[in-house]
Amino acid sequence: MDMRVKPLLLFIVIFAAQKLLRLGLLLMAVAVFTFVLLSFSPIDPVKAYIGADMMQISPEQQVLIAERWGLDQPIGERFLDWLGQLVQGNLGTSLVFNQPVSEVIASRFQASLQMLAIAWLFSGLLGLALGITAGALQGRWPDRLIRFYAYTLASAPTFWVALLLLIIFAVSFKIAPVCCAAPPGVLSQNVTFWQRLHHLLLPAAALSIIGIANITLHTRQKLIDVLHSDYVLFARAQGESLWNIVRYHGFRNILLPAITLQFASLSELFGGSVLVEQVFAYPGLGEATVQAALRSDIPLLVGIVFFSALFVYTGNTLADLAYPVIDPRIRLGDSLT
Amino acid sequence: MLSISNLGVTFTQYNQGLRRKQLTVITDLDLDVQSGEVVAVVGASGSGKSLLAHALLGILPKNAAISGTMRFQGEMLTPKRCQSLRGKAIALIPQSVGYLDPLMKVGAQVQRVAQLTGCSKAEAKTGVDRTFTRYDLPMNVRDRYPFQLSGGMARRVLVSTAVVTKAQLVIADEPTPGLHPDVVKETLSHLRELATEGRGVILITHDIEAALQIADRVAVFYAGTTVEIAAARDFHSGNLRHPYTQALWRSLPQNEFMPVPGNQPSPEQLPTGCLFSDRCPWVSEICDAERPQLRKVREGWVRCVHAKG
Ligand code: SF4
Repeated sequence: MDMRVKPLLLFIVIFAAQKLLRLGLLLMAVAVFTFVLLSFSPIDPVKAYIGADMMQISPEQQVLIAERWGLDQPIGERFLDWLGQLVQGNLGTSLVFNQPVSEVIASRFQASLQMLAIAWLFSGLLGLALGITAGALQGRWPDRLIRFYAYTLASAPTFWVALLLLIIFAVSFKIAPVCCAAPPGVLSQNVTFWQRLHHLLLPAAALSIIGIANITLHTRQKLIDVLHSDYVLFARAQGESLWNIVRYHGFRNILLPAITLQFASLSELFGGSVLVEQVFAYPGLGEATVQAALRSDIPLLVGIVFFSALFVYTGNTLADLAYPVIDPRIRLGDSLT
Repeated sequence: MLSISNLGVTFTQYNQGLRRKQLTVITDLDLDVQSGEVVAVVGASGSGKSLLAHALLGILPKNAAISGTMRFQGEMLTPKRCQSLRGKAIALIPQSVGYLDPLMKVGAQVQRVAQLTGCSKAEAKTGVDRTFTRYDLPMNVRDRYPFQLSGGMARRVLVSTAVVTKAQLVIADEPTPGLHPDVVKETLSHLRELATEGRGVILITHDIEAALQIADRVAVFYAGTTVEIAAARDFHSGNLRHPYTQALWRSLPQNEFMPVPGNQPSPEQLPTGCLFSDRCPWVSEICDAERPQLRKVREGWVRCVHAKG
């Protein structure tokens, strides 16, 4: 036992160190890019800060503000200054929300997280089920139907699907709310769990419908590969039926790629949430992103850029972690032979 | 117990432009197996050895059509009967651990095979215990994955998959390629044991030497047809009937080590007469006229017009 624990521990330490180093490099690159892009952007931070009151502030005062913010410094110094603040965890204050950026992101992400989680689980489970059905019945009519559905969805834009759902369920059938995360006029502490879920469901559905296509097609192809493998041929020679082959061998062998894909798809999900939240006016992080961009809220925008980089990176790291956890060939290596 | 006569397997393929193409990969295959004997099926790759196993188990691809007759224990083997017999009365020992699910523990896989014969879970479990003890497989092997098995262990696990079924007919498909000589010997003796217990064993191999160590009779396949069925002792005593069998025997290292010149005809352009005619030293005009029938010559069977009694 001892012999096997040690390499495992070493493996974990190396893995963590590697991942952290990569994350550091990634965030550094993101910082440089964001800074350079923003310093070339036509947005004047002073104007963005003052907004509509621009007329009432004299040019001298504007220069004063710029000086106070260090905008007259050379670009390199400004970058280091900014980086220093960033490292200390100071992301600045959001202009739109008039709150520290980290607080805005935290509260907005909480709202998005529920939606993302539902969409993620739903698209994963349904996609897996559809993919297995299509793969097992390759070439028959259920397969064709599912493939048609998946290809159609894969080429449908997210906002279009979201609008369609809104029109059908909220406008025509009136069984879902038209917008927001809670009924209008209700204080946030009085919103019940069911009300929240009710408002969550449609955006989550819109988001998951897009994700399903990918996982369905991938699972289908993987299952077809498995069904043409030697071990399935042998299982058939033992008298195993098609559904038992799927149950005992198919499932086991497609789960790993499916989980990996599902974790890696977090980035698409996150991107999709920007559009979906906009359509449903759902006050999540995606909607905050749009507001920040439209109203030149640079601190918030930068904060969100960093946060999303972290989020996507976490997703990919989880995907990497799934391999050794699920696949015994990697987990056990050849230590036993 | 098993008798196959004039088995033919034809694949229907569609190539570009949806033109249908018939590919006959097995023509006139004959074989019979009694219980308690090992019949080796030898031939080069592409001679139809593995397809025969797949036909018996009813696991040929969907685009394959079968002709001829197969009888098992006196009754015709229809596709439906194949389905109900496979894994119960007829078992396959596959070539390698590649035929085991890479992500499932070995013990669970063997147990699953046992359960498929109709045992309860508990019965299957004791069946696996008994079989693993019989083949000296330590109990912890059950918790290993196929990739963790050594070569010899893998062979014993694969044999176990057939033994837990109590099948009367066992088909071993190329059980010895690339193995250590000791493991080859061990595997072969396990197969012999199965026959001694009263089962019929078909040993499919391209290794004549290995086959002769345990086989009672040897069927030689060439281009999807049975050219000769001889007793194992006929090889050493020079009692072979077909020119291809003789050439194969001469090609062995301990004999003249002379490879048989030429290649098997491709299934896309089979000759109308004897399939071996383009490589045969005895060929004459009648050989090309029609396919020779399988005849009894000197206590064995041969498909050659010039073989003499
Ligand atoms: S039938 Fe003729 S060609 Fe065929 S093996 Fe006999 S002698 Fe040779």
